[in-house]
Amino acid sequence: MKRASALALLVVVALGGRNAAAAPPLRVGSKAFAESVILGEAAGQIAAAAGAPVEDRRALGGTRLCWDGLVSGALDLYPEYTGTLREEILKGDEASNGASGDLAALRATLAARGLGFIGPLGFDNRYALAMREEVAGRLGIRAISDLARHPELRIDLSNEFLRRRDGWPGLAARYALSEQRAQGLDHELAIRGLAAGALDVTDVYSTDAEIARDGLRVLTDDRGFFPRYQAILLYRRDAEARWPAAFAALDRMAGQIDDATMMRLNARVKLDKVPERTVAADFVAERFGIRAVRAEEARWPALWRRAREHLALVSVSLLAAILCALPLGVLAARRPRLGKLVLAAVGVVQTIPSLALLVFMIPLLGIGAWPATAALFLYSLLPIVRNTHAGLTAIPGPLLESAQALGLPRRAILWRIELPLAFGTILAGIQSAAVINIGTATLGALVGAGGFGQPIFAGIRLDDLSLILEGAIPASLLALIVQGLFDLLERILVPKGLRAAPR
Amino acid sequence: MLAPLDLQIARGETVGLIGPSGSGKTTILRLALGLLTPDAGVVRFRGAPLDAGNVLSARRQMGYVVQDGGLFPHLTAAQNVELMARHLRWEAARIDARRSELVELTRFPADALERYPAQLSGGQRQRVGLMRALFLDPELLLLDEPLGAIDPLVRAELQDDLSAIFARLDKAVIVVTHDLAEAAFFALRLVLLRQGRIVQQGSIETLLRAPAEPFVTQFVEAQRRLTVTRNGGSA
Repeated sequence: MKRASALALLVVVALGGRNAAAAPPLRVGSKAFAESVILGEAAGQIAAAAGAPVEDRRALGGTRLCWDGLVSGALDLYPEYTGTLREEILKGDEASNGASGDLAALRATLAARGLGFIGPLGFDNRYALAMREEVAGRLGIRAISDLARHPELRIDLSNEFLRRRDGWPGLAARYALSEQRAQGLDHELAIRGLAAGALDVTDVYSTDAEIARDGLRVLTDDRGFFPRYQAILLYRRDAEARWPAAFAALDRMAGQIDDATMMRLNARVKLDKVPERTVAADFVAERFGIRAVRAEEARWPALWRRAREHLALVSVSLLAAILCALPLGVLAARRPRLGKLVLAAVGVVQTIPSLALLVFMIPLLGIGAWPATAALFLYSLLPIVRNTHAGLTAIPGPLLESAQALGLPRRAILWRIELPLAFGTILAGIQSAAVINIGTATLGALVGAGGFGQPIFAGIRLDDLSLILEGAIPASLLALIVQGLFDLLERILVPKGLRAAPR
Repeated sequence: MLAPLDLQIARGETVGLIGPSGSGKTTILRLALGLLTPDAGVVRFRGAPLDAGNVLSARRQMGYVVQDGGLFPHLTAAQNVELMARHLRWEAARIDARRSELVELTRFPADALERYPAQLSGGQRQRVGLMRALFLDPELLLLDEPLGAIDPLVRAELQDDLSAIFARLDKAVIVVTHDLAEAAFFALRLVLLRQGRIVQQGSIETLLRAPAEPFVTQFVEAQRRLTVTRNGGSA
């Protein structure tokens, strides 16, 4: 880890900082699901209308990422839920363990960290149990406690809910549902199964768009088991000091979005496939009379922008990796013992899951292109170091001895003999690093680096295949083009004598 | 691996190092080139002991030819030959002149200079190796089984050429070979090695008439039998 950060810093130093702008803009983030993106968009549009320059950091890959981004100053504001704060982020923190809904305690805990929140916005996105209206009506079930009388009902729950402390185990104990057997299932499949009548009860989020569409009845939590997940806008207080007018405008969002409103907005995105930005703009216009400053990007300019972002990620990280990996590979070939260590080190980097590596980078490099570039740089090291090492060690000993016997100094042997002989292998290493890089760079979208990953993850989020293809096709094409370019490069640059057929 | 030994060679002299494989012939060449450092004793070149400070310049005064030429496959014949001169930043005219001289000396086909080693015949590769070794006009020429990978017909031709070249150049030459007849063809003074030890030095006649120990006769007899069989087979 220490080594990784040192290398990452090296890249930043090598390329020069870019975040040196005089007045930092308001960086608005959101998590990678429709509701969060809508709220982030709405907040961004309101702040922009109040005169703050807004930087879009939407659809980041997870709670941890957003929170770390906020704490480290890479983000200024993002939508969060009180339950998530208590259960996942601040757990073990004394002050946050007050009574459920004790917002004053939460506010105090956050204030101690230089953070604050706007809201609650009005709705709760907590776990709930749902049934089809028709079945529940026939059996006279309104509340969760009514389930105890019907052990024959088939209960299929999402896998996560089945295991969570605040999920089924706690719920079954509180409501004495000992006779009910619950099965695990994927969340989306469970909801579809419920609508199709294949099962009777499943867990939902209380603002799921499907509740309205499929006519589901949400059972009352009559013994108050589920913790509240009130939506809030979490922010840094220093950002509030920078843009007081924007935050005054954002304060107006408090209490303005109830469960039904949020469900309707989610439904427009998830069921009607309207872009989040448009849905947010319509909502902001209708509720606050604010005309959206930022329009949805047209398809071709968006494609061009993503291509530029993607290419920048890949080329900068690859270039830095070549500059570091070549000397490392030479070193590894020259000093076999040290070489083993170097190869092991770059190999270990490779085993770090990409998302984890990205999260490591956030506190160091913030959110955006830099953490993604640094992660891609680290991933590119292995193929280049390994191939450089392999290419150099594969040169026959007698050939090197011939070079020494001529009286060539060591450096000249490296440049005139060894590197040209190993060049094909080294180039192949750079090629695989580049091609892998193009694929991995799509993950950059999860830390706000843009690129072709953006439509891919938006498409996964919205279950929209055409959107996924809008990112996946250009990314694959780019990989093919780069592969072809390297093949061409090999033809031009690899010394002819190494390919010449014997006469 | 080598027993204590004392071997000297003077300008204009050709020495043939012979002996069975593993007897230390190649080790002696590598010691001379400074590719190996002796555990004890000293290697002197022009009277000065070889050390890290002078080994590069000493090597440039030695030409080293190995079996099959030891050519760099990514360089053309000409590039192989001129490698050191270019590294030392010789002027182009000087390089051209020297190359032409050597092409003539080694009877190498000039139109093959732009070919890569893989496109040359075994004999041609050996001639390129020789040109490369001679390019800086060294004082000492070291040849390690120079004809080991060459087929018999070309071999005879190359033997003649090499012998003529040695005579013309008037350099100190050490030829390593396991073939007694070939060694005798090149060199007046033969050095027979066995297990890292010099068994006997002298002309082929001395070795035949006054063997220092039974092994000398054994070695000579074995070679002679081989020669007879080979001749008998081809007749």
